Amino acid sequence: MRGRSGHSGPSVSTDAGTRPATTATTTPGRIGDSPLRPDGTLKVTGEFAYASDLWHDDMVWGVTLRSPHPHARIRGIDITEALTVPGVTAVLTADDVPGENAFGLEHADQPVLAVEFVRYEGEPVALVAADHPETARRAAARIRVEYEVLPAVTDPRHAMDDDAPAVHRPGNLVRHLQLRRGDQSVTAPVVVSLDVEVGMQDQAFLGPESGLAVPAEDGGVDLYVATQWLHVDQRQMCLALGMPPEKVRLHLAGVGGAFGGREDLSVHVHASLLALRTGKPVKMSYSREESFFGHVHRHPAWLTYEFGAERDGTLVYARARVLLDGGAYASSTAAVVGNAGTLGLGPYRIPNVAVDAYGVFTNNPPCGAMRGFGCVQAAFAHEALMDELADAVGLDPVTVRQRNGMREGDRNITGQLIDSAAPVAELLQIVADLPLPPQRDADADLRALPGSVGNTTHGEGVVRGVGYAVTYKNIGFSEGFDDYSTARVRLEMTGGEAVATVHTAAAEVGQGLITVEQQICRTELGVERVVVHPKNTAVGSGGSTSASRQTYVTGGAVQAACVAVRDVVLARAAASLGREVSQLRLDGEKIVGASGEVLTGLAEVLGEDAVEETREYRHRPTHAIDPETGQGDAHVQFAFSAHRAVVDVDVELGLVKVVALDTAQDVGKAINPDAVVGQIHGGSAQGMGLALMEEIVVTDGHVRNPSFTDYLIPTILDMPPMQVKVLEYADPHAPYGVRGVGEPPTISSGPAVAAAVRAACGRPLRRVPIRPEHITGT
Amino acid sequence: MDSQITLRVDGAAHPLAVDTRTTLLDALRERLRITSPKKGCDHGQCGACTVLLDGRRVNSCLVLAVTVGDAEVTTSDGLAVDDVPHALHRSFVEHDAFQCGYCTPGQVCSAAGILAEARAGWPSAVTPDVAADTVELTDDEIRERMSGNLCRCAAYANIVPAVADVARAEGVRR
Ligand code: FES
Ligand code: FES
Repeated sequence: MRGRSGHSGPSVSTDAGTRPATTATTTPGRIGDSPLRPDGTLKVTGEFAYASDLWHDDMVWGVTLRSPHPHARIRGIDITEALTVPGVTAVLTADDVPGENAFGLEHADQPVLAVEFVRYEGEPVALVAADHPETARRAAARIRVEYEVLPAVTDPRHAMDDDAPAVHRPGNLVRHLQLRRGDQSVTAPVVVSLDVEVGMQDQAFLGPESGLAVPAEDGGVDLYVATQWLHVDQRQMCLALGMPPEKVRLHLAGVGGAFGGREDLSVHVHASLLALRTGKPVKMSYSREESFFGHVHRHPAWLTYEFGAERDGTLVYARARVLLDGGAYASSTAAVVGNAGTLGLGPYRIPNVAVDAYGVFTNNPPCGAMRGFGCVQAAFAHEALMDELADAVGLDPVTVRQRNGMREGDRNITGQLIDSAAPVAELLQIVADLPLPPQRDADADLRALPGSVGNTTHGEGVVRGVGYAVTYKNIGFSEGFDDYSTARVRLEMTGGEAVATVHTAAAEVGQGLITVEQQICRTELGVERVVVHPKNTAVGSGGSTSASRQTYVTGGAVQAACVAVRDVVLARAAASLGREVSQLRLDGEKIVGASGEVLTGLAEVLGEDAVEETREYRHRPTHAIDPETGQGDAHVQFAFSAHRAVVDVDVELGLVKVVALDTAQDVGKAINPDAVVGQIHGGSAQGMGLALMEEIVVTDGHVRNPSFTDYLIPTILDMPPMQVKVLEYADPHAPYGVRGVGEPPTISSGPAVAAAVRAACGRPLRRVPIRPEHITGT
Repeated sequence: MDSQITLRVDGAAHPLAVDTRTTLLDALRERLRITSPKKGCDHGQCGACTVLLDGRRVNSCLVLAVTVGDAEVTTSDGLAVDDVPHALHRSFVEHDAFQCGYCTPGQVCSAAGILAEARAGWPSAVTPDVAADTVELTDDEIRERMSGNLCRCAAYANIVPAVADVARAEGVRR
């Protein structure tokens, strides 16, 4: 066991009968262990090649010229001067896009390079390739673009007004989700309501967008890129490049974090266009500033919620209106609206419901996927309102949530049966029972106070607050999406040792998927050495590294491919041994009989042959929801988490110090317990960041803070100690019983922190991130 | 304007001509193809580019290559001797003190720097006795001194014990 500080160790406290692994092996590094990351040593020394580390002899550098205006008509583009800059090898505009000048995750509505209009500040207009990045930048500055600035829609609350300029035809509505369940005219003795506003958060992955495009002899291109889903990139690139998939080959380069921000295309088509034009390898790497314009953000949201309840706090009805600013292009806004609508009332039993969720176009930066995907914004509203309800009926925040918490066998607000564990009450109880940090004594070291060595207080005006939140999140893709992963597994003898090779296109972005792939192979095949093949499009799609889905779906595919390989091996062994297949298993490179006796070696069965099988895995189908009522089995799995936050707030200065952030989460089955805890730490930090400090400030369509000086993310000093409790209630429908892990902590941590600050300062605080002036009321 | 310099990096000398405005980070990454230090911001805000300059940590994006002179530049890669990982490398791996790993070579160099600071008795804002000969690297000291290295994956809870273990082995922590 690895050393860990006392407060953060995983504690697997419950196990409700996980399905046994199909082969009980004694191989180390299997499921349930926490083997070291296979890429760990390379990452700590820095040898691991991130997309920005790639190099090719005779490569040139590409840069993007972007729009300075949120909305403008392009009157003309003159590239003559840029072309005369020594060292420049190509300057491209919309006219140079050979295929369809359009891309998009769900709708191809975004031009590769702007044509006629620019719809947000930072929209790509032209590309330059040159022998040095600085040369390319200077040449780009000499491209003359004549803009006619147009009125911009920058307040999403007015995007659907009759007189609002249309960002796209026919209008500015991306999606309206209407959900109606139960009695719409019901009333209740206790009614609470509120309005909540959530600012725009950025994924702020530390490794900015980067890629290397290499033109190939067959006229195609090989792109090495940091991404979350190679095959969806490939599909969009083929459209824009006008090429078949065989000619557009993608390879996963090292990914410096993702968090949703690499779901949409960035350098992909641009670098490829330049490579195909110049005949040279082209590298593109965004600066931090460009990165803030180069990917979608988390949707800012405006939420209006009302709960009706009995006097004992039991919910009777909920009404909610959610407005999400999608920015200038569709990206994944429709799916985010889907989540905000179908999951937007939290993990509660509510018989009568009316929800209207809207995503709209504006001339603000495009918004799309970020960890928590639509549930994050909604949770700030339903959790704040739960606390209001607690106050109104005289309950504490834990009890009111437990009283209304979803249980297995309930139906959620879309009428979907919750057909595996829903431990809402238990998760809340666990965090409520965890020891609280010691009370601050009167002569506390000022460094432990909000403001710290800024010496802003000696404790006067500092008030402690405690807050709770609970959430649930859909795992995997929803609403009828054909969500699957592919895995190819090969087993052979190499140098006298059995080696399994696992090949998927599923992106490792730091979450530890490749470790999980190895663990599954070791468990199913009983071999220790598992090689993870580089990720590329030479194998079928691995689906997206998002929606907390990879361990579940790609894990399922790897398991299926392993089982197929094992079936072939055991059938051969059975034939040569004259035994029944059902009495044989694979363990420690041996074929073992029913009572564990070694019958023969894997080497004898395999000989010189390799056994290779490819399998696709699909989770249970999901379904579109009814357009009138929003009812339907929209999701495949739900994951639950709860947080308790403890804060000290200087109510005179508005400074906050998070003293503790404790959490409990059901993960179904912890395939890799250390990685599970790492995900919970990371997710919790990002939720806390949104509550207290992270916001892209956009005024009149312009981003005001595209740098790490002004866009703040939590540092090691901001993160409090965390007690993490992990439950393992197996989901009988999922491989090994797993439940997605990465997102729930991002959803429940922020509302718990906000609740704690509210409790400390006594103000309603209806906007996040909470700023000092909100706390002081000045 | 170009200047002829020799950069001594991880034990090897590299003569090269650089534009005087070139940062140490760009000289390492783009001229010498030494990509162990990463670029997260290029503005001294994230710490991903941290290297050691004669044993002291610097943000290499804030240092002009021409100012380095004879100083020895050490990257995280250079902390490994003869391909044997440094104790910090092993500790970071064993504590799972990273996820994506992009910040990690910078974290490791920063950690190597704070071990040296503690041995030399350099106090920080949280050091109780600023006159002491050596500083004990308590968890508070580690957090304070490592706070210039951002980790978006927030592996912080594991970075602290990863550094603490090595500090203990090196006698700057009980
Ligand atoms: S790249 Fe130097 S501090 Fe961020
Ligand atoms: S490990 Fe990803 S930024 Fe630190």
